[in-house]
Amino acid sequence: MAHVEQLVGSYRAWASNGASRAPDWLKDLREGSIARFHDLGFPNMKQEAWRFTSVAPIAEGAFDLAKPPTRIPSLEEIRRFLVLEAGYRLVFVDGFFQRSLSTPFFDDVQSLAHVVTHRQDLVRQHLAKYAATQDRPFSALNTAFVSDGAFVHVPAKATVAEPVQLVFLTTGDKQVVTHPRNLVVIEREARAAIVETYASLAGSAYWTNAVTEIVVGDGARLDYHRVQRESDRAYHVAATQSHQGRDSTLNLHFVAFGGKLARHDIGAVMAGPGGTLILNGLYLLAGQQHADHHTTIDHAADHCQSHEYFNGVLDEKSRGVFTGRIIVRPGAQKTDSKQTNNNLLLSTDAHADSQPQLEIYADDVKCTHGSTVGPLDPRALFYLCSRGIGEQEARRLLTYGFAAEILGRMDVAPLRLQLDAIVRGRLAEQ
Amino acid sequence: MTKGKALLEVQGLRVAVAGNEILKGVDLAIRDGEVHAIMGPNGSGKSTLAQVLAGHPAYTVLAGTAKYEGKDLLDMKPEERARAGVFLAFQYPVEIRGITNSYFLRSALNALRRERGEAELDPIDFLQFLEQKLKAIGWDDSMMNRPVNEGFSGGEKKRNEILQLAVLEPRLAILDETDSGLDIDALKTVAETVNKLRAPSRAFLIVTHYQRLLNYITPDVVHVLADGRIVKSGGPELAHELEAKGYDWLRDAAMVS
Repeated sequence: MAHVEQLVGSYRAWASNGASRAPDWLKDLREGSIARFHDLGFPNMKQEAWRFTSVAPIAEGAFDLAKPPTRIPSLEEIRRFLVLEAGYRLVFVDGFFQRSLSTPFFDDVQSLAHVVTHRQDLVRQHLAKYAATQDRPFSALNTAFVSDGAFVHVPAKATVAEPVQLVFLTTGDKQVVTHPRNLVVIEREARAAIVETYASLAGSAYWTNAVTEIVVGDGARLDYHRVQRESDRAYHVAATQSHQGRDSTLNLHFVAFGGKLARHDIGAVMAGPGGTLILNGLYLLAGQQHADHHTTIDHAADHCQSHEYFNGVLDEKSRGVFTGRIIVRPGAQKTDSKQTNNNLLLSTDAHADSQPQLEIYADDVKCTHGSTVGPLDPRALFYLCSRGIGEQEARRLLTYGFAAEILGRMDVAPLRLQLDAIVRGRLAEQ
Repeated sequence: MTKGKALLEVQGLRVAVAGNEILKGVDLAIRDGEVHAIMGPNGSGKSTLAQVLAGHPAYTVLAGTAKYEGKDLLDMKPEERARAGVFLAFQYPVEIRGITNSYFLRSALNALRRERGEAELDPIDFLQFLEQKLKAIGWDDSMMNRPVNEGFSGGEKKRNEILQLAVLEPRLAILDETDSGLDIDALKTVAETVNKLRAPSRAFLIVTHYQRLLNYITPDVVHVLADGRIVKSGGPELAHELEAKGYDWLRDAAMVS
């Protein structure tokens, strides 16, 4: 575990130098987290949550903590990662906030590094209160290095008109690691949409280790979209953890196109009664890509509804892993939970693992789940061909439908169109 | 009976699925504009005939020929048959996730238009075209933006097949038990629409288990298929006779002959 020691060493050097100006509570948080990471080490495939995913390429690699970029890309260079020109936007390059590429809004849509001192109470109230670290070495490591990332705060009853864009780019040709840390707080009865994008202007085998915490207050609504378009050589490890209040609505959308190895832990706690949650995800993989989505929906209160839909389209030698854990706590009566995971295998070398895990401790609930893994349905192919559509186009159409079903649930039209174009482009290559 | 030239001519057609011979020598000739009904008990091979004419890959042709517009139909891929004007309304229409009915229909229509050397329709032109078609059959567009057949009721699925028929304007429309699973109101709606779509340049082959659809669509010819062979053909009155007597007397007759 030489690499664990290397990362801890790099933490020591960083903490005693650039990060030393942080408030004490933050320093304590970091110290506790690096100790946790040191204790846990990297996960291995003997652990239940990591059965299908080996992080050896990360654990055995050597990643330097990313330094501030020597060259800031122009807005023109990053435009293809943006969804719209208008609205608030926070852009991070190699983990560092770029004021010149961003359109922040006072201390509500700002870099975390800024608000850690300017809105200390609010940040302290929420930061690292939701994303677990006790058994999550990657989140512990991220928390040890917490310094910058996106902060979005929507005050009670406010509505943000345009989607807020959070863009994380890695540049350069060095094998670096970034630890973006994001905090989203939607106060009571507020409403917002967010698009969080991870991409690259580099071809190197870099590593992104991101954590996003999302708090949705009573009666609030958040439409949250996360687009992972890392380079095909990149390693992407992430945790997204949400916490919902009473009668709130949270729509979480996840799209994973990139990365050589990607692991995303998604946790959603429905803490107040009457909440509605949609978890809607797509992974579209080819080559040797491996993407693992590990989702946990925690029904901790009664009368909540959760609908989870994940579709995987796997070509060539790619591999998709989906775990859908649903916990219904004692007393979470009238829970209505629906989960589906459909995997389309476009090649005989592609592989998908799908495992639902239901833990139900209440008796008056409705929980359903279903998963499929397989090639295109020959009946559907014949149906399309019988209408005059050629076989190749029919295959493309059916495959596109697999992705379009997920994209169709997204309300942000320009994002949907952008993703649709990416999907079509990928399918045209086949 | 009308006297056009033969649009479809099937001779001595023998077909097997998974090693079992289902059609044991079928002869059938349909002329332009005619409506033929194929009736028969379960397992007689009605659906096999419909599917094999549309080119379903699960069926193996053992012997015989099927000429469509004088060409060898059996040698054509399913999409080539569709582009040549053959349409099959499925007994069990397939659900297509993520593709809206309108997108699907436009893709299919454009495939046919390309074949005919006509310009493809963009979404806006298609919408206008579709509105005309819907108006002509008196239907609304409520099914157009839903994924193809997904979550449709049995009746909606069958209606959707007929809608495709109306949009794609085939020369030979094969209806495979379109009436099964429909309540009487849905059956009437479907039948009325089929009647509106009857044209001198369009023939129908209606496969049905029951006579009741033929109360609303009057066929030119009725065939009875039993044990893989057409054992009797006649006018519309044959359907009523079958309704009254059942199929057994014909099966016995077939064994005697």
